[in-house]
Amino acid sequence: MKLEPKTEAMLAGEMGAARKWAVEHQLQVGRMFDASDMVEVSQAHMMADPESIGEAGVALIEGFAALPEADRRVAIPMITDPRGVDLNYYDPLGQTEDMANLERRFIAACQSLGIMMTNTCINYQTIMSPVRGDHVAYGDTGVVIYSNSICGARSNFEGGPSALAAGLTGYTPRYGLHLEENRRATRRYVVEEQPRDLTDWGVLGAVVGKRAGSYWEVPVIEGIETVPTSDQAKHMGAAMASYGSTPLFHIVGITPECATIEDVDGAGLHGEKITKDELDEFRGGFGASGEEVDVVVFAAPQLSLVEMGEVAALCRGRKRHDDTAFLVCTPAGVYADAKSTGFVDAIEDFGGRVLQGTCFYQQYAREIGEANGWTRLLSNSAKIVNILGGYGYKPALATMEDCVASAEAGRIV
Amino acid sequence: MVKVLRCHVGIGPRVEGEAMVANDNFSARYDLDRIRGVFSRPEHALAGQSYVDKILVLNTAKGGVATAWMLYEMKSRGIAPMALLLNSANSILAQGAALANMTLCDRFDAGDVTQLIATADRVRVDPEAGEVTMLNAR
Repeated sequence: MKLEPKTEAMLAGEMGAARKWAVEHQLQVGRMFDASDMVEVSQAHMMADPESIGEAGVALIEGFAALPEADRRVAIPMITDPRGVDLNYYDPLGQTEDMANLERRFIAACQSLGIMMTNTCINYQTIMSPVRGDHVAYGDTGVVIYSNSICGARSNFEGGPSALAAGLTGYTPRYGLHLEENRRATRRYVVEEQPRDLTDWGVLGAVVGKRAGSYWEVPVIEGIETVPTSDQAKHMGAAMASYGSTPLFHIVGITPECATIEDVDGAGLHGEKITKDELDEFRGGFGASGEEVDVVVFAAPQLSLVEMGEVAALCRGRKRHDDTAFLVCTPAGVYADAKSTGFVDAIEDFGGRVLQGTCFYQQYAREIGEANGWTRLLSNSAKIVNILGGYGYKPALATMEDCVASAEAGRIV
Repeated sequence: MVKVLRCHVGIGPRVEGEAMVANDNFSARYDLDRIRGVFSRPEHALAGQSYVDKILVLNTAKGGVATAWMLYEMKSRGIAPMALLLNSANSILAQGAALANMTLCDRFDAGDVTQLIATADRVRVDPEAGEVTMLNAR
């Protein structure tokens, strides 16, 4: 992989040990994917919850944080994905002081590197949305698929180490979605039933992701008759990325790179139908009508202010069941707005709790499930029900309305 | 008879060990109990089995970005697979393998790697050369 004089200097150690590590990391990844050179990126976004990074990952970043200032500061604006511990509310969740301390150490190290602790997986709604053609290095699959598909930006899935490397160098290896030829459609799906609510969009995304099933497939979707809202597109993308490891999709006539199917070279592809039966079968796999529910979760992705308002409206004048916990995850910036608009109070009056800057599945989900005796979990997120099966939960899926009604009833309506 | 499988140039050190094979996919977050070192997702083809020090042979990567950190974290505790051989890795597995210095190879010339290697086969993986040698080839 060809390096610029600047990245050559970093590799030689002339700009400190952190940047030398970063270029070495990028060379290994670039070689695996036959990158010919690096591309400049305008932003980096790092997924790094303490459960994932552990003691070893925190120690790595603390090592960089101990370097002289000129050697450790990131080169481009860099932000973070949700935290694993809400430091204002962890003991009641069953999280330990050790977990909180690991989080505190990580935050201090990141701040020393000049990373902005935004703690959000909806930065495209809340911080700074990328524009078409903008090369970025984003972590969090939901962020990447939304930025590629809805915004027309260029990003691979950059896991925490690679996002950090991009932040330190200002570059990333040019492979995958940074190349035009990898953004063309490879699978063509025709939707026969129109999605309506957020869960429907998530279910459609999940089914497309399951079918596509690979990072290197690019679905193009036909038959969508309405332009999704940002929240609907968010749920669709997050679920597709979760089920398929899919980083990019196109919707004909809606997403920016696909005014017509010819724009993405999709006209010659066989159109596979997504039928109502297939969508219903998917939902059926996460149905548990009548069963007692231990915890209702709104997260994955974090809620926008609009979603916070929708949940709050459903909560007003009602109370959750004593045996059903009710958790809502949103970034701190949205929390402030949701507080001033009365949404947080409405959710708390219902008996719910709004967590700031976290996302449930990134919060030591196994440990908090065991500490609280939570098994049956209900959410409107097709993404979270996919993830939590491996964490010992029995996840179920329902609309936002039915999630709130189930929390009130203590069993799935 | 020794048989050599050609693959794309990979990441990590040369290793030799025992294969554990399934026609299923891989995510450290979605599929593993990383404390106990077993596949924990009930639907996974390897559910309940220990992956520690095994050369895992699977189809592709799935899910999110957490695996990029988790391989490093798992290896730091010594409860990790020895290597990953896949039909198709994604960016996250490559990044995780690079950070963890864990052996990873994909894209095999002879076809579906989950059909080419069987559980309990002994194999040697050379990522630099893009070669997997079957030491007990049938």
